[in-house]
Order: sequence, then structure tokens, then C-alpha cells
Amino acid sequence: MASLPISIRGISKRYGVFTALDGVDLEIASGEFITLLGPSGSGKTTLLMVLAGFIRPDGGSVRFGDRDVSLTPPHQRDVGMVFQNYALFPHMTVAGNVAYPLKLRGIPKAETVRRVEAALELVQLGGLGERRVDQLSGGQRQRVALARAIVFEPRILLMDEPLSALDKKLREQMQIEVRHLHQRLGMTTVYVTHDQREALTMSDRIAVIDGGRFRQIGLPRDIYERPRSRFIAEFIGESQFLPVELRDGRAWLGARALLVDGTPTTGGGPHLLVVRPEKLAVLGAGEGEGLNVFDGTVTEVVYQGESSLIYVTLQTGGEIAVRRPARSADATIAEVGRPIRLGLAPGDAVIVPAQAGR
Amino acid sequence: MTEATIGTAASLHAEGDANAGAYRATARREQRWLGALAWPGLVLIGIVALAPIGWLSWMSFLDTDGFTLEHYRRLLDDNYMQTLKTTFEISFLVTAISVLLGYPLAYLIAEVRPRLGAFLLLLVLFPVWTSLLVRCYAWLVILQRRGVVNTWLQDAGLIEAPLRLMHNFTGTTIGMLHIMLPFMVLPLYASMRSIDRDYLRAAANLGASPVRAFWQVFVPLSLPGLFAGIVIVFVLCLGFYVTPALLGGGRVYMWSMQIERNVTYHADWGAASALGVVLLALTLAILWAIGRVIGFDRIVGSK
Repeated sequence: MASLPISIRGISKRYGVFTALDGVDLEIASGEFITLLGPSGSGKTTLLMVLAGFIRPDGGSVRFGDRDVSLTPPHQRDVGMVFQNYALFPHMTVAGNVAYPLKLRGIPKAETVRRVEAALELVQLGGLGERRVDQLSGGQRQRVALARAIVFEPRILLMDEPLSALDKKLREQMQIEVRHLHQRLGMTTVYVTHDQREALTMSDRIAVIDGGRFRQIGLPRDIYERPRSRFIAEFIGESQFLPVELRDGRAWLGARALLVDGTPTTGGGPHLLVVRPEKLAVLGAGEGEGLNVFDGTVTEVVYQGESSLIYVTLQTGGEIAVRRPARSADATIAEVGRPIRLGLAPGDAVIVPAQAGR
Repeated sequence: MTEATIGTAASLHAEGDANAGAYRATARREQRWLGALAWPGLVLIGIVALAPIGWLSWMSFLDTDGFTLEHYRRLLDDNYMQTLKTTFEISFLVTAISVLLGYPLAYLIAEVRPRLGAFLLLLVLFPVWTSLLVRCYAWLVILQRRGVVNTWLQDAGLIEAPLRLMHNFTGTTIGMLHIMLPFMVLPLYASMRSIDRDYLRAAANLGASPVRAFWQVFVPLSLPGLFAGIVIVFVLCLGFYVTPALLGGGRVYMWSMQIERNVTYHADWGAASALGVVLLALTLAILWAIGRVIGFDRIVGSK
């Protein structure tokens, strides 16, 4: 299946005093799976609706390939879309829903039947064409919505939090299926979600959006491992912060210079060391060569099944948590009141500016 | 397992049974209470509706000489058949026009901003809150030979002689339409409001122009409201009396007027009862037939 690049230039949209989109630019490569990730009210859905043509922006332009679609009405944009609530037509059967875009395009009946069956087969719903929509489970509706969005072979697919109504197990299974479907069909896909794990699982690239602006755009691994701001570090994964000072090209935690090669330490002023619980190692006495070492006392242990969170009050002040896989051999490490030594590799030490500014 | 634990388990089991009985008793008591709340209404319906209908049917088979089918045989006379035909013609016409007028109106009310929609709905409902009789007389004033409509049209030079707008089929239709329109608009509006706008977005996204999306998605989804409106208006029309009597000027004879004539002029309660029974039977038959075709829950609008 062919795909098209998308070029978003300076799109802005205001509702009264509320700025939904503040002049955003984004280049999406042909065949890319990009996720717009952000909290509610961040503007991610607004941007998707602009791409679909349902919301008319105040300014800016959208191009699909060579074609400027800024003023094209939705029914002429030829993009597939999966709605958050699926929006399957209740007065049509499953097959009727999937056939609808083909009917609108004047595809001959025999070919329509063949393509509908193929699309349903693709989402593993072969043979359910005659069912009524209200006879389907949530997961099946999701698949029908997907089949309907791809049956007319659009070169761009938009998805608006399509998995948010499913329970956790099914959601994780569908994430993989949607990913595989994208790999097979190869259309450019713009996926909206507020679920950071979903974004990390599925995307080629993630664009984190907040307050109507992109805060960081990058590969999932970079977004997680190299957050550029406190907002990104807090929004994606669990993060804790220790105040540091940048001076003489080094980062100082109190009087101690940190070993950092995660992020550049040039510049100055108050900064924060981002510490993720799973990046910390629990060290034995005397260990810690080549690591940033934190000594402290265990103050609380929270058992979470596959792992435990151990809260540690540091000798230098402040509290951080370390995540340990739950293994029986480690039981004695985590006893409240015990001294504990933690290590953070230089490669995992990330420094971000301290101001809340995103 | 020791005896002690077995004993404990057994007693626990017995306790569980005891509670189960108490739960069932509580559930039954709650149901009785709920049922009791409905009793006043049920009794009232029994006294003022069901009993008179039973009495009515009984009387329709009675003559001064006792049991007779004469009242029903007489309904086959041309006179009555003509009335039946008129009644159905008017009802069909009024229902059809109220669909044509009501659908766009309901659509407008459902589509505009909520506050404006509420205001428009108020305007639609306003006539329902004014007296039926007042409205009919108002139409007499408007439609008569020297009424507002004729005067304007003549002054504008559009017509020479005044149009006959009342004391005929036209006047009756106009008057009934005015009264029936709210009963068409309300269920339509309710059903249109409940249509998720994402369906229309989905249709547009899949390639449907606004016109096609309207006909292929919006209209089918609004059908429950449309059916409800049609049934309500048609059934109300069948038994309508005041408006045809006033605006029809004695020239348009509806079934209900035959009932009235039999009672007031001929004091023939048997014949009047037979007419009433037939009207009731026809109404129920229509409801049943529509219910069979599209499902009664759709008329009521639950689905």
C-alpha cells in the first residue's frame, strides 16, 4: 500500500482565550508511525482533527505529499480514521460498515465483497460480516473500525485514542496488532494517545505535545532516556529530581561533581538530575567505582508484585526511590532503617533545566 | 480435617442459608413496596379508562330489545364509509405535511447552539400550552373570507376574489397541522439530539459528501423519532374532534363528529358506542401493525 508524507506548517487554533494549537510545525515521513502524546487538553486531538479536516485552524497549512489540503473538506481528503468511540454505524451490519467507503467510491459490487472480506480477515474478523454492530464486543468493534478505515487503502491513517476503551490485556494485544498491521500495509499513521507506555510500544517517533506546542519530538528511546525538560521527564515514566548546579562544565550535587555523559552540562544556573527508579543499582559496601554513588537509609518499602519500590532518604538530603525486581534473595536489602548505597551510571544521568518552563 | 473445623464449616453453611432467606424476603418486600407505589395510578386507569371502555363495548351490542349487531351493520352504510375515508385522508395528509414541516424544523433545533435551540423549542411548544379552542378561533379569524390572509393577498393584487380557506378540507388541514406539529417535532428532536456527531464525521471521513452523509447516516439514525412522531400524530388525528368541527364548518365529517351527532341529535348511545369501539380497534390495529414492522421499542424511542 502506498503512503504519503505529511507536512504541518504553523498550524494554530484558538478557542476564545484558550490556545489549542500555537503554531505547530511537524514533518511526518512517508510510511512513518508517529504518535502525538500529551495530557488531556494538550492539543493532540485538535491537531488530529485538523488533519482529518473536521477542525478549521486559524492559520497555517497542511500538505499530504504534494497536495495542499488546508482547505479541502473532510470527505475529499481520502484519509482513514479510527475514532475514539469507533463511530460504527449502528444501522448497518459489520460488512455494511466496512463496505460503506467502497460504496461511496463506486467500487463494483463483486470487488467490494472481496475487499470487505479481505479487510475483515486482516483484522481477524473473517465470517462476522453479517453481525450487527451491537452484537460485537469492544475489541471486535475496534477491529471493525480499523477494517473500515483501511479497506479503501488510504495512504494516511489517523487514530484518535482508539484503544482507550479496552481493558488492559486487550489493549496491549491490540497495540501489537495495530503495529503489525502498520508494518504490513505501510501507510503513514498518526496516532493520538495520552498513554505514554502505548506511545513507547507502538511508535517510530513520538511527538510530545502540551499547551498547544511540541515539547520534544524523537525516537521512543530518546524521549524516555534523554528527556530534554522536567515536563518530559515527569510525563513519561517515573522520575525523581535532585537539584544540581552547572558550573565549569560540570554538574554539582552539593559539593560533589557528578559523572554525567547522558546530557551536556554546559551552561549555568539551577538544574535537576533526573533519577528514574529502575536506573539505580543497589550496591554492596565498597562498590561504586565509576558510578555516581548515593548513600542513605531505607525509609519505606512498597511491594508491587513483580518489583518493589524502596524509598531512601539520602545523607545529602532529599528522598529517592529505587525499583528492585522482586527476588527472594534480595529480601533483606529492603528493611526499613537499614543503610543502603545506590549507584547511577554516568550514561543514565540526565540533567534538565530546573525551571518549570517546558 | 478435625471435627472442630468440620463443625465450624457446617455452622457457617447454615448461617449462610439463613441469610439467603432473609435476602430473598427483603428483595420481595422491596418489590411489593415498589408495586404499591403504582397502585393509585393503576386503580385510576382502571376506573376512568378500562371500565368505561368495557361499558362502551357492552353498549355497542345493545338495543332497546337486547343484544344486536345492528349498530355495527349500519357502519357499512355509505354515509359512514365516507366519513371513515375522510378521516383517514385528513389523518394521512396532516401526518405527511407535519413530517415535511417538522423534520427540517427539528433538524434546525437540534443543530443550532443549545441556548438558541431551547428557545426555538419553546416556540414550538408554546401552542401546546394555549387553549385548543382559542387556537381554532384564531385560525377562523385568520382564514375567513375577510381574514388576514385574504385581505393581504387581495391588497397585494395576487388574487381577485377571496380564497376559500376555511369550512372545508383546507381549513381543517391547516388547523390540525398547527396542533399536531409539536407532537412531530418533539420525538424527532429527541432522537436527533441523541445522534452522536461522530457518525457524521465518520461518514465524511470515509468519503461521504454532506448531502450523502445526511441521507445515508443521519436520516436512518433519526428514524425511531420519525416513526414515533408519525404514530403519535396519525393516531391523534384519527380521533380529532374540535378543530375539524370548527374549521370544517360541517362540511368535513370526521369519525369523532359522527359519534357526537349520534349522541346529541339521535341520543343513540348504542350507535355512538359502536363508532367508538371501531375507532379504538383501528387505532390499536395500526399501533400493532407498526409495532410488528419496526418494533415497539423503536416507537417509544428507547432504541
